[in-house]
Amino acid sequence: MTMIAGQKPALTWALRLSVVLLVGLWLFPTLGLLVSSFRTADQIATSGWWRAMFPSEQNLTLRIDPPSEQLRQGDLFVIEGRLFAEDTSSEISAWGTSAREPAAYQPGETAELRRGGTLSVAADGAYRFESTEEISGKRGPRVFVTATVPPEFTLENYETVLISGNSTDNMAKAFFNTLTVTIPATIIPILVAAFAAYALAWMEFPGRALLVAAIVGLLVVPLQLALIPLLKFHNEIGIGKGYIGVWMAHTGFGLPLAIYLLRNYMVGIPRDIIENARVDGATDFMIFTRIILPLSFPALASFAIFQFLWTWNDLLVAMVFLIDATGETTVMTKQIVELLGTRGGNWEILATSAFVSIAVPLGVFFAMQKYLVRGLLAGSVK
Amino acid sequence: MHPAIQGLLTIAFGVGGCVGYFYFSNLVLDRVIFPARGAHIARNIRRANMIRPWLFLLPALLALGLYLAYPVVETLRLSVSERLPGGGSEFVGLANYQQMLAEAKFWEALKNNFLWLLVVPAASTAFGLLAAQLTDRLAWGNIAKSLIFMPMAISFVGAAVIWKLVYDARPEGTEQIGVLNALYIYFGGDGPMQWLTIPFWNNFFLMMVLIWIQTGFAMVILSAALRGIPEETVEAAIVDGAGPFQIFFKIKVPQIMDTIVVVWTTITIVVLKVFDIVFAMTNGQWETQVLANYMYDKLFRANDWGVGSASAMVIMLLVLPILVWNVYNARREMR
Repeated sequence: MTMIAGQKPALTWALRLSVVLLVGLWLFPTLGLLVSSFRTADQIATSGWWRAMFPSEQNLTLRIDPPSEQLRQGDLFVIEGRLFAEDTSSEISAWGTSAREPAAYQPGETAELRRGGTLSVAADGAYRFESTEEISGKRGPRVFVTATVPPEFTLENYETVLISGNSTDNMAKAFFNTLTVTIPATIIPILVAAFAAYALAWMEFPGRALLVAAIVGLLVVPLQLALIPLLKFHNEIGIGKGYIGVWMAHTGFGLPLAIYLLRNYMVGIPRDIIENARVDGATDFMIFTRIILPLSFPALASFAIFQFLWTWNDLLVAMVFLIDATGETTVMTKQIVELLGTRGGNWEILATSAFVSIAVPLGVFFAMQKYLVRGLLAGSVK
Repeated sequence: MHPAIQGLLTIAFGVGGCVGYFYFSNLVLDRVIFPARGAHIARNIRRANMIRPWLFLLPALLALGLYLAYPVVETLRLSVSERLPGGGSEFVGLANYQQMLAEAKFWEALKNNFLWLLVVPAASTAFGLLAAQLTDRLAWGNIAKSLIFMPMAISFVGAAVIWKLVYDARPEGTEQIGVLNALYIYFGGDGPMQWLTIPFWNNFFLMMVLIWIQTGFAMVILSAALRGIPEETVEAAIVDGAGPFQIFFKIKVPQIMDTIVVVWTTITIVVLKVFDIVFAMTNGQWETQVLANYMYDKLFRANDWGVGSASAMVIMLLVLPILVWNVYNARREMR
C-alpha cells in the first residue's frame, strides 16, 4: 500500500512536514522546561530558553577583586584581573560604574570612580583599577556591563533541588515520600486484582457475571466522591492521614481497571492448560501462582505502568489522605504546586523541580512503552 | 532515620502484609479447615473449592465496596445533611443543593465544565486522529508517535509548570521568556499579555494543557483501529477513484466510529475529574473554576461538607450515563 496509485510526491512531502511540525509542537513545551533547568536564574530572566544555544546580550552586575588583591606599583595601588573566567569568550559592548548609567563607557575607556581611583575595562573583561591611595574595604567596586555572553549550562539547579537547597527548594525528602507512596500503591493492587481476576475468569461460583458488571460500572465512578466519606472512615479507624491510608485509597481507586484488564487477559489463556494442571492435582492457588501469573506478565506489566504513573503523578489523593499539617509526608507534586505559589518567578528552581519529578515516569514510559500501549488497547477497545 | 530506609521499611510492611494474607489464608483453608486427607477427603476438597473464590476475591471486594461503592451512598447522604457543631449531623433535605445553585461560582464552574467537555474530547480526538493518520505509513512514524504520546507520562502538575513557562509574561520592554508572548510581540502585538487572567479565553489556555496530554492517548488507540481496517475496502475506494481525503473521511472514519466513541467517552471521564491543572495554574481565579476544583474548595477550604458533597453528586450525575452505557455493553458482551 505504500505506493498506491495517485500518491503524489508533493503530498508525501506535505505529510512528512506536517508530522515534523506536529511532533515539534508537542515536544516544544517540555523541551523548554528541560533547557531552563540547566540555565542560571540570570540567563532565564534575560533571554528566552529557545535562545539558550546562542550567545546572548545580557546586562550583568559584576565585582572586581577585593582590595586584599591589590599590588603596589611605584606610587600606585593597583588591582588587575578579569571580570569573566579565563576561558569564556564573553565580549563587553558597554559598561558603567553606577546602576543608573550601566552603559556610560565603551570598552577601553577609563572611568573616574566617585570614591577615588580610576577603572578601565577592556572588551574581553580584563580590567585595571588604579588608585593613588591604598584601597580599603572588604569588597571591590561593582561594575555594570552589557556583554555578549556565550551559552552556558549549569548543574547547579539540580544540586540545589536534590542536595543543598533549603526546605522549600529541596526535593530529596519529597522524592523518597513519593516513592514510598508509589511502590506499595503499585504492588498491592496488582496482587489483589490478580487473585480477584483469576477468580472471576476461571473459578465457578454464583454471582460471577453480576460482579463483572459491577466492576465495569465502578470503572467510571469519580474518585472525588470518595474523599470525605473515606477521610472520615480513616479517622474513625485511627489511621488518619498517612501512608497506609494513601495506599489503601490508591488500591481501591486502581482496582476496577486492574481487575478489568487482568480478567480480560486471563480469560484468553487456553482452557487446556488450566484443566491439565487440575487433573494433575494442582490446587487453584498453585495454578494461579505457577501458571497464570507467569503467563499474564504482559497484562500485569501494563497495569503496573499505569498504576505507577497515576500514583507518582497524583496530587489530589495525596493531599487528602496523606499530607498532614507537619508537611513531613509531602510528595513532589504538592511541593511543586507550593513552589508555583510562593516562587512563581524562580524558574530555575521551578523548572528543575518539575523535571526531577517527571524524570522517573518519563524513564519508565520510554522503557516500558510497549506494555503501556498493549494495556491501553486491551482496556479501551473491545 | 534516613527517609530512604523509612520508606523501605514501610514498603516491606505494606506489601508483606498483602502477600501474607493470600499465602496464609490458603494455607489455613487447605491444611486446617478442610484438609485434603483423612476420611472426608473428597468432601473437604469440594468445600474448599467453594470457599476459595471468595478468599481470592475478599480483599478486592472489600476495597471496591469500601472505596468506591460506599462513598457513592455516603456522599449522597452527606449532600442532604448538615454537620452540627460538636459532631453529628441532621437531615436538611435539598438545602445544600439550593445553596449551591444560588452561588455564582457554581454556575461558573458548571459552564466552564461544559466548555471543557465540548472542547477537550473533541480536540484531543481530532488531533489524535490526525496524528494517527499522518504517522501511519511513515518509516519513522513510531518515533513520532512516542514523542506525541510522551506527555501521557507527565503529571498534570508537571504539565502545569511546563505550560506556565509557555504563558509566562514579563513586564513590557524586557525580553519575554514565555514563548507565547515572545511570538505575540514578534508578530506585532502591543505589550505582553497575562494569558491566564483574560476571562473566558483563559479557559482555553488551560484546556490546551489537557489536550496536549490526551492527544497521545487518542492517537495510540485510533492508530490501532486504523490498522485494523480491512485493506480491501481502501483498495476498492482507490480503484473507484477516491482521493486521499475522501478515503479518510468516507471510508476510514466511518469504519472506526466505534473506537472514536470509546476514545471520546474515556477523555470525557478524564475531563470531568480534572482538578490538578486548574488547581495548579489558576486555582479557579479569573473565572476558570471547574466542578472538581469547586468541590475541593468547598470541602477543604470552606469546610462545607454539605455543599461539597452536593457538587460531587453533580459530577456523579454527569458520569452516570457513561456508567450505564458501559455496564450495558459489558453485559451484552458476556452473553
